[in-house]
Amino acid sequence: MSTPYAKLPRWADYGLIPIINLAVAFFVAGLVVMLVGENPLRAAEILVQGAFGNGQNIAYTLFYATNFIFTGLAVAVAFHCGLFNIGGEGQAYIAGLGVALVCLAFDSVLPWWATFPLAILASAAVGALWALIPAYLLAKRGSHIVITTIMFNFIAASAMVYLLVDVLKPAGSMAPQTRDFLPGAQLPKLGWLLEMFGMTVRSAPLNISFLLALVMAFLVWVLIWRTKLGYEMRTYGFSPKAARYAGISEARIIIITMMVSGALAGMMALNPIMGDQHRVQLDFVTGAGFVGIAVALMGRSHPAGIVPAAILFGVLYQGGAELAFDMPAISRDMIVIIQGLVILFAGALEHMFRPAIQTLFASVSPGSVGVTVVKGEGA
Amino acid sequence: MAEAAIELIGINKSFGAVRANRDINLEIAPGTIHGIIGENGAGKSTLMSILYGFYQADSGEIRVGGKPTAIRTPNDAIAVGIGMVHQHFMLVENFSVLENIILGAEGEALLNTSISKARSELRRLEREYGLEVDPDAVIEELPVGLQQRVEILKALYRGAEILILDEPTGVLTPAEADHLFRILQQLKEQGKTVVLITHKLREIMAITDTVSVMRQGTMVATRKTNETTVEELAELMVGRRVLLRVEKGEAQPGGVKLSVKNLTVKDSRGVTMVDNVSFDVRAGEIVGIAGVAGNGQSELIEAIAGTRRAVSGTVTLDGQPIDVTGIADPGELRDRGLAHVPEDRHHVGLVLAFEENENSILGYHDKPEYLNGPFLNIEAIRNDAREKIQKYDIRPNDCRLKTANFSGGNQQKIVLAREIEQDPGVLIVGQPTRGVDVGAIEFIHKRLIAMRDQGKAVLLISVELDEIRSLSDCILVMFAGRVVGERGPDAGEGELGLLMAGVESKEAAE
Repeated sequence: MSTPYAKLPRWADYGLIPIINLAVAFFVAGLVVMLVGENPLRAAEILVQGAFGNGQNIAYTLFYATNFIFTGLAVAVAFHCGLFNIGGEGQAYIAGLGVALVCLAFDSVLPWWATFPLAILASAAVGALWALIPAYLLAKRGSHIVITTIMFNFIAASAMVYLLVDVLKPAGSMAPQTRDFLPGAQLPKLGWLLEMFGMTVRSAPLNISFLLALVMAFLVWVLIWRTKLGYEMRTYGFSPKAARYAGISEARIIIITMMVSGALAGMMALNPIMGDQHRVQLDFVTGAGFVGIAVALMGRSHPAGIVPAAILFGVLYQGGAELAFDMPAISRDMIVIIQGLVILFAGALEHMFRPAIQTLFASVSPGSVGVTVVKGEGA
Repeated sequence: MAEAAIELIGINKSFGAVRANRDINLEIAPGTIHGIIGENGAGKSTLMSILYGFYQADSGEIRVGGKPTAIRTPNDAIAVGIGMVHQHFMLVENFSVLENIILGAEGEALLNTSISKARSELRRLEREYGLEVDPDAVIEELPVGLQQRVEILKALYRGAEILILDEPTGVLTPAEADHLFRILQQLKEQGKTVVLITHKLREIMAITDTVSVMRQGTMVATRKTNETTVEELAELMVGRRVLLRVEKGEAQPGGVKLSVKNLTVKDSRGVTMVDNVSFDVRAGEIVGIAGVAGNGQSELIEAIAGTRRAVSGTVTLDGQPIDVTGIADPGELRDRGLAHVPEDRHHVGLVLAFEENENSILGYHDKPEYLNGPFLNIEAIRNDAREKIQKYDIRPNDCRLKTANFSGGNQQKIVLAREIEQDPGVLIVGQPTRGVDVGAIEFIHKRLIAMRDQGKAVLLISVELDEIRSLSDCILVMFAGRVVGERGPDAGEGELGLLMAGVESKEAAE
């Protein structure tokens, strides 16, 4: 059966619809805030203030966003190849091991700018290897990638607990973490960037891995849309049958894509470890791997969408923390509800308002809408 | 004259900016067979979907038996006696005939009463209309012709007085189609009204009383069938004169380009789909493989083209073996000059979500002229795509447009342009004109003939017997995985039809 539809202009597709979805998400979140007896407008104000109110808050927002850019890109790359990499959490966590080994080995002998590239390579390599195993199992054995990557999150978590408690912990220490890194493994802060605009940043952990994240976002765009490998990934992602027809090796493309995805997730470990805590602690990923799924979904797997989506989630994290602090009736869990609503409306219900908006566009200015028809087989 | 069975007045339907139906007026007389004909995308299916309650018209009125009727869901349609037989059957494969017939009309919580009621009702329908089918047979074990009969029974069981059939003969052998037409005649004699949607002119001429022609969302003409001709209808459909049969010269076969010996292919369940098949394709000839869909043709070409593993047998291309049982790779075969236009362009031949230019390199994306090291040479790819768009008259002329937004005929031209322009020695083509409009069919047929005249070997698979007959220099007929006959280009339709039905079912076809 024919299903004709009108195409929206790009700005509506990538700008208007996400904004409408977001507005609805916040509206419903406002209702929830009302339900617990707080003023939703006041809550929104605190949230925005908490995220953008001063240099310190902005720096924190971007620090969280850095994590989400890495994990969001990881999910997006896999998604372009039709793979659902739920394992970003574990890949990032285990990549902390790679970062730790480089930092512990070189922080006393090398300056940060020499340690950093090594740590990037180590985090990417460990993350990629952690993704390689599920990828291999899928490519050669047909094991479902969602199941295996979830399982590998648990394995990574347990392995890191063992390593931190029994291997990496300095003798005599009571805390399950590595020793503190020397300045040779501490990344420079980006506070000066905000201070140039006259803001005070104090001790916020925003550091140069934010810039690395932006570079990676650009490189992911190049990879997906400008390289032969990206072309093959997208072909397989849209249609495995077409990929086979085009002579693209299924096993090869799955394995390479998952390793790229795992490498991106792994780089997330750089931000908290080298940029903030200067040691590897238990559970330093704190769910960023899973938030990456929402970020990729909301950013429509495009780097230009992932970066703002990651910043949005940075806002929810940072502003949400302030909100929970200022409004006792709004607990930490309420913030999770708001995040959930954003994911629901921006990700899962992506198409809810689309038909109405398409009809609107078509009736207001048919010229702005590409007159296009999709046809099925037959009549 | 009696009240019209169905009257559509001023029906409009838009999808976004696309006006699928524009101001349609249609009157269908009771007790007649009314054909609706038009190219793909002309709006036939949309119109019938409105009538059957799948879509709501934006404006306009539907009258059933003279009374204005609102049809909002298929249930409303069934309630006023409209039944529909879809192009793709809506049957539960692993249910029995009876279970399928009562589906959605089960009645009570326990099935036994409705089953027995359905059984006696089914007997009555069988007697009245000659629609014999074993009520306890499981659907997946029935041949397609019988499955279709179950669909008709389903509609009649629900008290349909008006039966809409959407492209009913697409999946049938000629003999099965004839049988269907006899059933439709019988339904008509019993006073039922039949609406037949098709793009096959021959069927319209053979069976309908009245025919309405649609083009680009409008109803362009309604004619009494015995007062019109095939040529007139074709012209009305397309809006210009069309050549219904390609003209071609004598074939000049050269040496063997593609040789298939004892090829056996099984599907994923281990069922033998291609059984010990051997044939040769020479340079400068078109070998056509006829057969009803599902008799192994698809698996045969997939195995030759390297997208499916064969169990045994050998295939040689220019005298060199293709490792069909091992690691034959479509990419490697392309390098060796074997191009493949797959049957399923939506899922195999194209990536519908891609821009047109991205699809125009699919499978050839390894070629150095499209690359700069590991990067795509976007400039070169788009220029190349633009050239092909010009040469093959692909519309709209926009290589950045998403492929899904091209019509079926233009999508097929994208695939053909890609495969033919690489100048292969052997071209394998599956269903080149399925879902393609009449104007594009003419173009595609001419291209294939031109390939042949350039001395290329062409292997053609099609379920359209007319297409096989008009293009091929040599016709092979496949039935149940075997090649059951080889005929020249002038073989009669009846003869081929019998072969397609399998020799042993000759009596059944009578």
